[in-house]
Amino acid sequence: MSSDAAKGDRIRELMATEGDAVAENTRGFNRGRYESTGRLDDYEELKAEARDIKEDAIARLPELIDEVRETVEANGGTVYVADDAADANRYVTELTAEERDADRLVKSKSMTSEEIEVNEALEAEGVEVIETDLGEWVLQLADEAPSHIVAPAIHKSREGISELFAERFDLDDPPETAEELTMFARERLGELVEGADVGMTGANFVAADSGTMLLVTSEGNARKTVTATDTHVAVAGVEKLVPTVEDFSPFVELIGRSGTGQDVTSYISTLTPPVDSPVPDFESDDEPIADGSGDDRDFHLVLIDNGRMAMREDEELKETLYCIRCSACSNACGNFQSVGGHAFGGETYSGGIATGWEAGIEGLDVAAEFNDLCTGCSRCVPACPVGIDIPWINTVVRDRINRGDADPGQTDWMFEELVPDEEPAGLDLSTRLVGNYETMAKWGSRTAPIANRLSDVGPVRALAERVAGIDRRRDLPEFASEPLVDWFAARGGARVPADEAEREAVLYPDTATNYVDVERGKATVRALEALGVRVRVPDLPGSGRPPLSQGMVATAEAAAEDLYAGLAPHLDAGRDVVVIEPSDLATFRREYERFLPSESSERLADASYDAMEYVFGLLENGADPSALRAPSEGTGPVASGKRIAYHPHCQARTVEVGEYATATFERLGYDVRVSDTECCGMAGSFGYKTDYYELSVDVGEPLVEQFGDTDRTVVAPGTSCTEQLDALLDAAPRHPIEVIAPRG
Amino acid sequence: MSVADHSTFKRRLDSLGVSLTEGPESACADLVDEAAGDPAVGVALADGTDGAADSGGSAGALPDRVETDPTTAELRAAHTGVTDASLGVAAYGSVAIEADAAGTEPVSLFVDRHVVVLREADIVPDMPDAFEWLGPKARDESVDVVFATGPSATADMGGLVHGAHGPKEVHVVLLREAGGEGDAGGSDAAASEVTAGE
Repeated sequence: MSSDAAKGDRIRELMATEGDAVAENTRGFNRGRYESTGRLDDYEELKAEARDIKEDAIARLPELIDEVRETVEANGGTVYVADDAADANRYVTELTAEERDADRLVKSKSMTSEEIEVNEALEAEGVEVIETDLGEWVLQLADEAPSHIVAPAIHKSREGISELFAERFDLDDPPETAEELTMFARERLGELVEGADVGMTGANFVAADSGTMLLVTSEGNARKTVTATDTHVAVAGVEKLVPTVEDFSPFVELIGRSGTGQDVTSYISTLTPPVDSPVPDFESDDEPIADGSGDDRDFHLVLIDNGRMAMREDEELKETLYCIRCSACSNACGNFQSVGGHAFGGETYSGGIATGWEAGIEGLDVAAEFNDLCTGCSRCVPACPVGIDIPWINTVVRDRINRGDADPGQTDWMFEELVPDEEPAGLDLSTRLVGNYETMAKWGSRTAPIANRLSDVGPVRALAERVAGIDRRRDLPEFASEPLVDWFAARGGARVPADEAEREAVLYPDTATNYVDVERGKATVRALEALGVRVRVPDLPGSGRPPLSQGMVATAEAAAEDLYAGLAPHLDAGRDVVVIEPSDLATFRREYERFLPSESSERLADASYDAMEYVFGLLENGADPSALRAPSEGTGPVASGKRIAYHPHCQARTVEVGEYATATFERLGYDVRVSDTECCGMAGSFGYKTDYYELSVDVGEPLVEQFGDTDRTVVAPGTSCTEQLDALLDAAPRHPIEVIAPRG
Repeated sequence: MSVADHSTFKRRLDSLGVSLTEGPESACADLVDEAAGDPAVGVALADGTDGAADSGGSAGALPDRVETDPTTAELRAAHTGVTDASLGVAAYGSVAIEADAAGTEPVSLFVDRHVVVLREADIVPDMPDAFEWLGPKARDESVDVVFATGPSATADMGGLVHGAHGPKEVHVVLLREAGGEGDAGGSDAAASEVTAGE
């Protein structure tokens, strides 16, 4: 618990010191991504093309390494494949310090060089290293680590940089505006570049067919780094190889748009080194530049394995190697927006995909330090230009952490009844409690009067906080004494006779609807029946979403099998499956393909609908909208019911069902404002955890900004979103279907 | 190059803050003279439209005041660098600058203003066309090409600033076809009218 508490403190500290700058910048990038990718007619095709190129390249990696060795050597350069960081650093320092006897090496921005910590290795051999990317230079002066893989100094304010320059350069009248600061850096770095002996760059992509490397930059420092020095060392992970120069094209169109929202960055350098430019002689500067000195240039491509070839053999981590480090997953992530890469990151990499990189390069221990911060909201999935299932990588790594770090001394026997899972003994208790939410809910419902009363009692909450890490500032779900399934049976089952039914549907009684928020289940039954659907609410097991969120993959897989078994007869009978809780629908559509035979998962995905999607479809197919509740006419408080503030669930957005509620509301005459926030911050159980309570509230802050003083009726389909919105807005939000369903 | 590409290219340059003047090849020196600050260095423009980057092409295409064989000191002191571009990419407003032994890369980079001379026939519609062009040249000639889109820029100092390391300003001189010999593309652009305005 102590290391967790320290983690919580660190997050709170970073939110206070860096959170505002990170939030402003990342949210700006994220908006830019939507705008810039929105201008592409063929965005999805480009993503698919990029994905295909990466899949092919990683599959043929050994062959591409051989090929690039031949092409680079034919061009007059050298290729060195380094097994690990130490190997790479040995090669680079021998070349720089010994062979070249260099005093100064200038660098353009390269995360891979951060990964191997080449600066420290060079400095130990007496070589001065200068970062020439303005953001990296600021961090070098401040002795800080990047907080973002593309914009490394995103956490620094303009004022902070001005103070830093004043202190480091002993300035009485330091530059203050962005323009002044930039020109100060331009001049200083310009002088440093002139006196450099060796230039180091990274590489965003390397084409095996020609030895051409591509660098994505904006400042021009990579161009200067290469041009001003006669020795060019490029450091790149082996995964940067693509087969051909033509393969660069989709990445060039996607990388800037996906990252900072630029259609393309200022400079896309496609170098086939050694480059042809003459080397300007800044010391004897009265000679013509064009003196043939380009012929003496030297080039070294250092390809780094450092765990990547093993990742390639790891079915789950392999996808990480498709990552082009655009930062879309960081910018789209609610938690990242609030804390930045100093909390949501490992030794080198940050953001959602960092879990894959750090697990593969550094090991599970490093990934475990921040892996919790991925809540599985999945907003990074559509943002990723190469379609990596980043939440799944986080889930798998969490599962491995669960299994690897289990402490066998824990007193599991106390909770055996509550945690009947498939996980190893000793798994962290709060993880297991959340993972076994269904069992808890069942127990809570059975003993509702006592359980609900107990859950409000101070000492019980204190115990829950200490033992299970559940923050006492959160209201706990109140269990209903009559579950939805029992209510449905008690009312006599289906009310639309089979021979009058337009369609037949199974309403999936997800754990939250069945035991806690029964009203939205009843409203769904009423709405569907009003539209002529013969509805059944059979007793069905949980979907496996809660254990999945805790990385309990085996438990989730078992749940998927159980639920499919329960649904199969209904699917055989041609019934639709209507889902109220968006995270359960997302699980059917996104994760079940990993757990079930593809025929089964596809069958369920095809037959299942979000509740509002289903209503929309019924109306489109001729159902009578007047059977549903239209907004009341009138003015004043009455009219507020006509105006809706709608926060779609994060995962519903990802599986593209979020817009059906908007469309249905508008069809019925409501006026809808949709939230711009990717995820409310609650993310299932995440916001209940003591370590993350403040973070969770901070992630929801944009919702307060947008809807804080609204007189609109607030709706949200996700149970946990409802809890969060209630806490943030004091709004008691309902599921959209409760607004449009006929009154009970 | 189609009329649509031409207008897309101009629109993109405009949105990037890149100024543009255009005219026939014969007006090149005048257009460059208008666009270049002082002192100016440059690389003699290549002949023809295929961007084969050998220097010593059409003599007189640059005004005399542009030093075409600059020393490092002259480069350092220069306000403007004049080079040609091998290609323009309409959809992005990018120009392809090819590094060569004559120093096109340093001349386009170590200056405050970069004046780019581009032939209209060298504008391609989109990025895939640019990489179709680049592929064979990279494999067969080991070329080094920078696709430059607007001026050097950074947002690392708390706001967007142009001229972080590279040029603060970019100006494109777009040369229309003057019924050049043996050029397959761009015959529709061989209009003889001269409008060298901005």
